[in-house]
Order: sequence, then structure tokens, then C-alpha cells
Amino acid sequence: MVSFKSLPEEELFLAGSTACQGCPASLALRIAFKALGSNTILLVVASCTSVLQGSYPHSAINLPLMNAAFATGGATASGVVAGIKALVKRGELEEEPTVLMWAGDGGTYDIGIQALSGAAERETDFIYVCYNNEMYSNTGTQRSGATPIGAWTTTTPGGKVQHRKDIAQIMIAHRIPYVATASLAYPLDFYQKMLKAREIRGTKYIELLAPCPPGWKFPSSKMIEVSRMAVQCGMWLLYEHEDGENRFTGATKRMIEGKVKKKPVVDYLEVQGRFKQVLASPEGKEAERMLEEDVSESIRRLHGWVPEYI
Amino acid sequence: MRVLETGNHFVALAVRSAGVEVVPAYPITPQTQVIEKIADLIAEGEMEAEYIPVESEHSACAALISASLTGVRAFSATASHGLVYMHEMLHYAAGIRVPVVMANINRALGPGWNIWCDHQDAISQRDTGWLQVFVSSHQEIVDTVIQAFLVTENRDVLLPMMVNLDAFVLSHTYMDAEVPSPEEVKRYLPPYRPRWRLDTRLPVTHGSVVYPVDFSETRESMKEGQENAREIIREAAKGYEEMFGRWHGDLVEEYRVEDARHLILAMGSAAAECRVAVDSLREEGHSVGLLRVRFFRPFPVEEIRRLCQDRDDLLVMDRNYSYGLSGALYSEVKGVLYGRTNIPVRNLIMGLGGRDVTHQLIERMAVKAWKGELDDITWADSHSTKSHEITKEMLGRFEEMLD
Ligand SMILES: Cc1ncc(C[n+]2csc(CCOP(=O)(O)OP(=O)(O)O)c2C)c(N)n1
Ligand code: SF4
Ligand SMILES: [Mg+2]
Repeated sequence: MVSFKSLPEEELFLAGSTACQGCPASLALRIAFKALGSNTILLVVASCTSVLQGSYPHSAINLPLMNAAFATGGATASGVVAGIKALVKRGELEEEPTVLMWAGDGGTYDIGIQALSGAAERETDFIYVCYNNEMYSNTGTQRSGATPIGAWTTTTPGGKVQHRKDIAQIMIAHRIPYVATASLAYPLDFYQKMLKAREIRGTKYIELLAPCPPGWKFPSSKMIEVSRMAVQCGMWLLYEHEDGENRFTGATKRMIEGKVKKKPVVDYLEVQGRFKQVLASPEGKEAERMLEEDVSESIRRLHGWVPEYI
Repeated sequence: MRVLETGNHFVALAVRSAGVEVVPAYPITPQTQVIEKIADLIAEGEMEAEYIPVESEHSACAALISASLTGVRAFSATASHGLVYMHEMLHYAAGIRVPVVMANINRALGPGWNIWCDHQDAISQRDTGWLQVFVSSHQEIVDTVIQAFLVTENRDVLLPMMVNLDAFVLSHTYMDAEVPSPEEVKRYLPPYRPRWRLDTRLPVTHGSVVYPVDFSETRESMKEGQENAREIIREAAKGYEEMFGRWHGDLVEEYRVEDARHLILAMGSAAAECRVAVDSLREEGHSVGLLRVRFFRPFPVEEIRRLCQDRDDLLVMDRNYSYGLSGALYSEVKGVLYGRTNIPVRNLIMGLGGRDVTHQLIERMAVKAWKGELDDITWADSHSTKSHEITKEMLGRFEEMLD
């Protein structure tokens, strides 16, 4: 078992980032870099991460990093992986670097899904991390395909009326060797999943829930707490998919096994400003019910059924 | 090695000789033979490269850029809708300064789906920062593709380069041409040594946020890359001529211009038809010469100014149209001549969507122009067709139905 003490001390995410206080993306980068180490090439598509790294000529990221166009995550990774293969053929690389593509939910669920799907189908050897803050934060909190029903964004001023997509399931359908979800409230779980992904050949997809304080409207000091509540109420399920099998991990596993009780979704909704409006509206109860049903449906999809104690 | 091949296959053979290491590509008529040939060469072990069968042209260009940033030589090919689908990434490639080469098989843009030749695709990428060359023979395809790498990889250029060849007229016709072997080309074009790259030994951030305080200089340096290319194109061609005995290094190619009173200016394979027109007009006693623009970017500013001094007039043929203004070559030419000479310049729009460019029509139009019988801009080969009559009839029926 890894412990906090056993994490590498080397910091590849340096001081000087221009992220907001309590930014989930920054913490996620820090943990991911600890897992992958310095022999990593980082690729970032347009998102908050393009901005929080700092601006020319400074960078808070101590890895070779290419910022890529919004829609190109999978394709940019494909080019780098092919380039590395060519360098290996030339005999110019002793140790092949890990290729990490880092994208937001907009860059993954929406504009980048085609390129990601292509790269996965081509069995491109890289890790794709989607940090999912359930909106386009960088451009000022517009809706994305990951925005849950009922959530306020600037382009769903009355609350979103459609469900979010289940992109991890879409990636599983590509038959890639590793798909996992993670949460910042369980950093060692995330760390271990990154370590595992590093050792597997092929396309690895890891998605991390990234509660964004200004976008979701909660105090920045509560980022970890909100992350934890998402898992405890089932709105965010922790699992891995490997060798054709789904395996719940950590707190979600304990919840599915009945060792801890699932908390009501409404507790999680109430700590965020973005659900305030819908909860106060006449449709509030219906939205709450639909989100509970969303949780059941997600569990059913992974587990086959929903245990009666949930 | 002298071989009989299609223009498209010559692109592929030149790419192999140039030692290209990564080829991301997506098929589109009339480019498909280029990438099929490359895939074949790789499958047969005759070419050592990674072929990436991407799922779109946007991705093809994205992978082209990122592969190049790892420090390897990369190439792609496209046409028409594929090229314009890449538009965002064309800007990206130039902005991030990767010396990649791409063949574009010039084809019309739909709707009015049309797979045949015109230059609308390339013209509409004018301001992306790419060097753009238009070739007019099979041999020139081979020689230009090879030289393109030496030009773009030059540290004083470091901008991507688009090699344009006309759909079908060049892409699908068979001709014989000389293809230098990979070993021979190695002596001309050394292995790619990047000026920087994604390298874990020196972790650097590429393509980050640049504030107004630094931005303009990045663009000015792209401008300088284009300006430097003028001379570097000639140098690369000189070296090539010394080694292989063939010259393709002018931004503008001249044909019988020395004593010419009248000039015709064209680009791409239609220039070959213009040569025939020049010859037969000369036989009839007209004093006329041809300027074939090879490089659309960098644009041959000084050359055109010099060559248009003390002439009676200039007729510019465009296989494209910049809507709301004129043909694109025409407006560029007028722009560079403004204030330098008051030579009358007229514009012929012809050969759109693969319509045949005939020397007879060029001759007729030229004589009319010289007699002062042409407007500034003439759609030279437009005429009413049977299909237009059918359309009119359908429009009439819509009017009845919708009124
Ligand atoms: C082609 C294109 N369209 C739009 C944009 C503007 N844009 C930049 S980042 C972004 C939103 C990113 O959202 P997401 O991927 O969820 O990342 P986040 O900002 O939430 O971190 C948008 C719309 C762009 N850069 N490129
Ligand atoms: S808006 Fe959200 S995701 Fe973006 S930098 Fe701020 S906290 Fe991080
Ligand atoms: Mg987002």
C-alpha cells in the first residue's frame, strides 16, 4: 500500500501557478506528476490548465509540455507517440517517456470526443486524463456534455434539462485496456490508478471529478469536502475497468458492499450554489429524483443491479 | 531512377526519398493515391515511417504538428475540404513553428460537390503562415517536395510548407520523371535536427499563453521566416541543381518575357496551357510572355514589380475567386504593383471546378484584352448550360408552391 509518506518528494508542479484558490486541476496535476515522474511528456488541450500553468516565458510545470488546440487531444497524443516510436527506431531514446494528455470535460465529452475515440481505436499508447469540472470553466462556466441535470451554468441559466453523458462507458466500449475514475478526496486511490496506467500498454482513460469552486459556487476551502460528498452520495463512482471487468474502489466499493451508507444526493447539491435555483423551484423535487435515478442508473450499468440497501 | 508514375505517386516517392518518419493522413479525392502509396511502401518495408490513419484532417494536422515537435520529419497530404477542415491547425502549425511539409491536391470546394481542380482550397489558407508553392509538372513535384524539407527546416525559416498540385491534371496523369533515391537525397537533405523539441532532458513549455506585451514579436518573427525563405528557396534549389542537374528555384518562372509588350500571369498547371497560347500568339505576331507564379507565399513581390516595368499590360488568370472583390492572384498582383507602375491589369476567372482551361480561350481573351474590349474582371468561360434551364424551371415551381 502506498501512503502519503511514500510519495516521491520531487515536485514537478512548481510554485507560481495562476490557478484559482482551491483549484482541483492544480492538485490533480501535482498528484499525477508524482505518479508518473519526470520521464513524462505532458500535452494539454485548451482549458483552465492552459492558463493555470502560467504565461510565457514562465511555466509552473517542470515537464516538457505542449499546449494543443481544443479538439485535438487524441490526435496530438498520436503524433507524439508516433514521433517517440521513430526516435526509438533511430536509437535516440534510451527510456521511452510516458505520454500524458490532460484535458477538461469540454475537451473530452464535446469537442475532443472524435480525436479521443480515434486514438483509442488505434490503440495509441498514452494516458488520457479528463479532469471533469462539469462545465467550461476557462471560458466562464458554460455547460458541457458533463454538466448534470439541474445545474446552473451561464448557458443553462434555468438549470440544465438534459442528463450528462457517461463518457467512461463510451471509453470502455472502445475495449481499451484501462479505464478508471478518481476523486481528489481519495488522492492515494488516484495516485495508484495513475501508477497502474503507467505500466499498461495501450490507451488508458482516467477521469477525475474536479469540483471547481468559482464554477460550482462553493468556498474554495471546501474543494476536498465537496469532492468527498460527490462520492459519498454516488454522483461520482470510483471504479476501474480492466480485462473486461468493472471493479469498484475505495469509498464506492464500501458503499456498494453495504459497509457504509450512501448519502442522499440532495446533501451534495445543497453545498453548491449552482443547484440552488433548481432546488428552490417547483421542479426541485423532480430534479433531485432524476439525479438519484442517474446515480442508480450508473450503478446498474457497472454492477448489473442496485443493491437494495443503497 | 527514372519512372513512369502518377503525380500523386511521385509525391509519395519523393516523401520516401526525403526520409520522412511520421505520416498522419486522412483520405480525400484526389489525394488518396498519395497516402495509399505511402501506406504500401511502409507495409512492404520499402519505407521506414509511422503511418497514423487518423479519423479526420483536423487530427491529421494536429498529429503532424505534435510528431514534428518530438523532433522527427513529418509529412501529410490532403485536398479541398480536407485542407479547409484543417484551417485551425494550419495556423497552429505556423504559430508553433514546426517545419512540416504537406501536399495539397488543389480541388474545388462544395457545395456544388466537385472533385475537380481549382485553387479555392489553397487560396483560402492564404494567411495561415504556410509557405505555398504551386507546381506544374511531374518532375517539379518530385524536386519541390524534396527541396521543401530543406527550406522549411532551415532555422531562418521554420515555417510549414504546402506543395500544391492540380487535381487530376497533375495528380492522376502518368508522366515519366527522375526520382533521386533515399541515399542520394541524404547527401542533399541531412537528417532532421530540430532547433528545439519535446524532450524530458530539458523540460520546456510550448505554445503557452502569450500576453500582448510579447505577442506581436512572435508574429513578426513569422513574417521574417517568410521573408528569409525567398533567398533560402533559391539556395535550396541551387544545391539541388548542383547535385541533380535540375533547377526549380524561382518564385516566378518566366517564359518568353524578355521583349514582351503584353504579359499573362498564371499559377499551377494552367500555366502549361498559357505557354501554348503564348507560342501561338507570338506566331500571329503578338509580343507576349508568361509569368508563372510558383510561390504564392512568400509572394514574389520584387519579381513581379521588376517584370512588369515598361510593359503594355498584364492579364492575370485566377482559378479561384475571393468573393466580393476579384480573383486572389489579381488582387495580390495589383497590390504589389500599386504606386510602382501604372500598367493596366485585368483579371480572367476561369477553370473553376475543373472546367477545361484551353489555350484557344486564353488567346481569344488576350486579344480582346489588348483591344480594350474586356472589363477589369471577366468570368471568361461562364455560359448558360442545359442544367441552368432545369434549375430555372424548378425555381418557377417553388415560386408557385410557396406563394
Ligand atoms: C476551437 C475552439 N473553440 C473554443 C475555444 C474556447 N475554449 C477554450 S477552453 C474552453 C472550455 C474548456 O472547457 P473544459 O475542457 O471543460 O476545461 P476547463 O476550462 O473546464 O478546465 C473553450 C470553450 C477554443 N480554445 N478552441
Ligand atoms: S476556474 Fe476552476 S478549474 Fe479553472 S482554475 Fe479556477 S478553480 Fe481551477
Ligand atoms: Mg471543464
